[in-house]
Amino acid sequence: MSAADQAVRAPRVGASAPRPDGGPKAQGRFAFSSDLVADGMLWGHTVRSPHARARIVSVDTTAARALVGVHAVLTSLDVPGRPTFGLEFADQPVLAADEVRYQGEAVAVVAAVDAETARRAAEAVRVEYELIDPLTDAEAAIIAAPIHPDGNVVRHLVIRHGDPVPDDPTLDGLVSVEGTYTVGMQDQAPLGTEAGLALPADDGGVDLFVSTQWLHVDRDQVAASLGLAPDLVRLTLGGVGGAFGAREDCSLQIHLCLLALATGRPVKMVYDRTESFVGHVHRHPAVMTYRHWAHPDGTIERVDARLVLDGGAYASSSAAVIANAACFAAGPYRVPHAIIDGWVVRTNNPPCGAMRGFGAVQTCFAHEAQMDLLAEALGMDPVQLRLHNALEPGDQILTGQVITGTAPVAEVIRTCAEAPLHDDTDNDNGAGVYALPGGAGRTTDRGDVRRGTALAVGFKNLMFSEGFDDFSTARVRIENGLVTVTCACAEVGQGFVTLAQQIVRETLGVDQVALAPADTSIGSAGSTSASRQTWMSGGAVLAASEAVRARIADAAGTDDIDAPEFVEALRFGTWDELVEHHHAPTVALDANGQGNAHVSFAFAAHRATVDVDVELGLVKLVDLVTSQDVGRQLNPLQLLGQLEGGTVQGVGLALMEEIVVVDGRVMNASFTDYLIPTIADVCDLRVAAIIEQPEPGAPFGAKGVGEAPTIPSTAAVVAAVRAATGLALPRTPVRPSDIALGERS
Amino acid sequence: MSGVDPVLGYALEVNGTRRHVTGSWLGESLLDVLRDRLGLSGAKGACEQGECGSCSVLVDGELVCSCLVLAAATVGSKILTVESFGQPGELSDVQQAFVDCGAVQCGFCTPGLIVTVHDLLDDDPDPDESAIREALAGNLCRCTGYGRIIDAVNQVSIRRRGDAAVTP
Amino acid sequence: MGNVTVHQPRSVTDATRLLSDGAPATLLAGGTDLMVGINAGRIRPERIVHLGGIDELRTWTTDGSHVVIGAGVTYGQMLDDDVAGLCPGLAQASRTVGSPQIRNAGTIGGNLATASPAGDTLPVLAALDATVQLASINGTRTVTLSDFITGPKQTALRNDELIRSVTIPVASGPQEYLKVGVRNAMVIALCSVALTVDLEAGRVAVALGAAGPVPIRATVAEDWVLSHVDLSSNSIADPRTLETFGSMVADAARPIDDHRGSAAYRRHAIGVLARRALARAFPARPAVAA
Repeated sequence: MSAADQAVRAPRVGASAPRPDGGPKAQGRFAFSSDLVADGMLWGHTVRSPHARARIVSVDTTAARALVGVHAVLTSLDVPGRPTFGLEFADQPVLAADEVRYQGEAVAVVAAVDAETARRAAEAVRVEYELIDPLTDAEAAIIAAPIHPDGNVVRHLVIRHGDPVPDDPTLDGLVSVEGTYTVGMQDQAPLGTEAGLALPADDGGVDLFVSTQWLHVDRDQVAASLGLAPDLVRLTLGGVGGAFGAREDCSLQIHLCLLALATGRPVKMVYDRTESFVGHVHRHPAVMTYRHWAHPDGTIERVDARLVLDGGAYASSSAAVIANAACFAAGPYRVPHAIIDGWVVRTNNPPCGAMRGFGAVQTCFAHEAQMDLLAEALGMDPVQLRLHNALEPGDQILTGQVITGTAPVAEVIRTCAEAPLHDDTDNDNGAGVYALPGGAGRTTDRGDVRRGTALAVGFKNLMFSEGFDDFSTARVRIENGLVTVTCACAEVGQGFVTLAQQIVRETLGVDQVALAPADTSIGSAGSTSASRQTWMSGGAVLAASEAVRARIADAAGTDDIDAPEFVEALRFGTWDELVEHHHAPTVALDANGQGNAHVSFAFAAHRATVDVDVELGLVKLVDLVTSQDVGRQLNPLQLLGQLEGGTVQGVGLALMEEIVVVDGRVMNASFTDYLIPTIADVCDLRVAAIIEQPEPGAPFGAKGVGEAPTIPSTAAVVAAVRAATGLALPRTPVRPSDIALGERS
Repeated sequence: MSGVDPVLGYALEVNGTRRHVTGSWLGESLLDVLRDRLGLSGAKGACEQGECGSCSVLVDGELVCSCLVLAAATVGSKILTVESFGQPGELSDVQQAFVDCGAVQCGFCTPGLIVTVHDLLDDDPDPDESAIREALAGNLCRCTGYGRIIDAVNQVSIRRRGDAAVTP
Repeated sequence: MGNVTVHQPRSVTDATRLLSDGAPATLLAGGTDLMVGINAGRIRPERIVHLGGIDELRTWTTDGSHVVIGAGVTYGQMLDDDVAGLCPGLAQASRTVGSPQIRNAGTIGGNLATASPAGDTLPVLAALDATVQLASINGTRTVTLSDFITGPKQTALRNDELIRSVTIPVASGPQEYLKVGVRNAMVIALCSVALTVDLEAGRVAVALGAAGPVPIRATVAEDWVLSHVDLSSNSIADPRTLETFGSMVADAARPIDDHRGSAAYRRHAIGVLARRALARAFPARPAVAA
């Protein structure tokens, strides 16, 4: 192929292919779920409990139903099928019947001719509550009277690794550090709130267009609660405005379908921001108590940790979150002996579940603080301590699993640590109104500022674990030369749609690749979460493309995709292959938390430099550097977008993001008081190294990259603030008062 | 008094075209009128409080949050939405730069940013980084971390100056 | 949703005539406070009087000694126009408000009428002993700022009145507005301090924001500091003056605990801001005699 031919080819794997939906998105023509309309459409609204815990004495819908323009008011009595739903355990009522267990729990839903009427109808539903004292202390919840028939302990997982003897006297001669660390409740805060449109179908089924992370698991829960066969419930992905874990659980899916079937009309629902905050799960707050023991040369001997995660009222994916938190509790280091005691419990606080990083974010904050304390106690450089203990292929992690894939931990650490420090004379970064903490608030002069730099490292698994047989499905069809790929993978902004095109182009040598809508007419693609879609749905698309290639090769007599015979066969034949792509099996953890429960791991490091106005407790980000282990870059520009976006979410958890809950009630359910970083609050992210060591078993050798940037970033920023201030700061997010009024360690 | 009648409705000039608004209660925001009455769903609602900029539009040349503008009070004003930039099949240079530079992920914040960036560069064709950050501080993005967005703004600036396009 | 009437008067006279008929009316200027309530369904006005079309409210004038700022003047105008030179403190405060979108719409009249304890222009206006001009069909009356803001989100505005303008002296010395927020944009003040020096009258004024139900003048600190600074040379001889001043100002604060921050932090931060503001306003430190 000549250079000229190559120049006009649409970009393939490894290139920064532009996303196919970028133009429509930039023009405002891309249809998000909240943009969808249908003729004769009604609007839905949800009646929610204002109380964190109460018995429902009565629900009176008379006044609501009497309002002009109201077409339906539904309660728990109107759920024809399974009354509960849930990701891992179906423990949450579709509509509360006897009791509400968190502020915001759905009690009834209404449908009316317009959004305003629906809102007024919701307000007119009279619910009589008998208040009960909410259980809001996670530690106390372990032994408190159950607030749910399934009990308060959603999961208690113990990892006993090596031969950890309680009160082992051989540890006495070692250096030991301990601490208790707290991570507050973060929210995913995707810009697109919950939205969907359900249309009743002639066959008695329902068609739902919705923003979600997993079409099929939503479909199954809707079908179960509607008492319908799954093939009567058809879901299509509406445009998704971000997810980050907020859309893994059902929010409005079942409600919308109930309303559509009850009214016989299309029904649309869009949550406003306040409702969104209470309408989806959050990141688990955590209290983690650690003890590390190490030899004088820095070799870690043992790590003990007790982790208590507050799962809130319903289970969601808590059982998996605590597993992650526990498995990765000690960080990417060799730890011969460990006892990790992991609890995730039920309280009347807001329900918690998946958020990018999924348990590993919380324990990374703790283990990196511990590593810094350990370095100080040993008189060792903190980077050297990490390098000394860094995992390598062939090492075991806390679950006893031997790393058989790539694990360039030392390289991740070294490249990040060795990046040149930020140069203040570089005017491009942080000059002008935001040069100092406080920004336009003009609170701070140069002399009020202390600078600190620190590094943190983290890791977690890719894909699902503990024996879950995860898979994705894809279809590649060619007819009259038109290539179409179909996959139910939920595109939430991460760029799978781009990658799918790149993979088909690479494999079949074509340029134009059309993407069919993502819906349940094809098999499941699994969840857009756990950094899994590149491997799983990318793998399915690759496998389907390769299957088509093999067929064409048979007919053409050559598998050279550039050969004229191949090109002709492709163009003039009809080719259609559907593949279900699985990853290598994993197993459950045993009673000691041991077992090969994970498929693969990804590692990342961040180095943060901050300027701190110590008297006021205001922090300015001066510099952020990262290195990440990615296996192989499939689209460098999209990869960079994941690194930058994930890092800023980590910055948010370090400095400003927290759902404030008092007695089970959310105090800041709005963007006025739940603060996410603006462009004025962040600095450029400098990428020290993208480490490409192809991962065996991974399509193209590529590791998922979405979560790793969120894991050490929070820890690095807070550690940098510790370096600047000398404060212990065992809690994140760090508030100005923690610094200004904090006690020096 | 001013051509705003609860029954007869009122007329707005949107993207250079006179559009009649009926069936709207007069307390409705410009955002809701654009999206629900006029079929212009480019502007997005993500907070209803003016705290995210997803609904940004230009009213008489001023960048504002349309969720905080009373639609009926914009009679006689010139309203420009994201739909006024570029045409079907042809992106404006700002839109193209956003796509080229990887500044679009989920895209929910993108329309608001397109309007804001057009407004910024019309005012200040060569903003430094601090000016870019201050001008875009009212537009939240949750996906990108803002790095590629700043790059896109710089790209437009460079291209408008006539410098050779720098491949990101 | 009910019927809502929207009036768009073109003059203050037309507006006050509308307000004089006794029917309840909701005044709308930039919408950055009112529309939030309407969007949330908390406020369902029946009658809206939109003031944005009244040109005379969107202008400011000066006679050299005072500036009269129309209630419809936006934060953006206060940043960019020559008024910034006449009142740097207001320009600094305006720059901290919200975002460019908010600054293009929000008005000083709105900031006054909402009278949030955290309103950003209010401490500056309080330090400057601003007066507020209130128009009704009977004419215009003037009240002091402290008489106008009567409590948190409460003002002396009568049902038949609108704010016509606010009047402040032209700056005759340094002005500082310092605001603590958890992030760099779109943030409500955790606490703030405005400090103004009137070299002609020989006065220092300090007002606190988000540190009490209304803007607070730290009058004890103001009186004390006059004998500890040298106005003519912008200098402070005794370095302990700064610390003491900060404490005295902090003592004047009446902060509360809320979900944004604690009273203890606010009081502490007020002291720090006051000290720094004074240091900036009086930067010279005469050398200690050998």
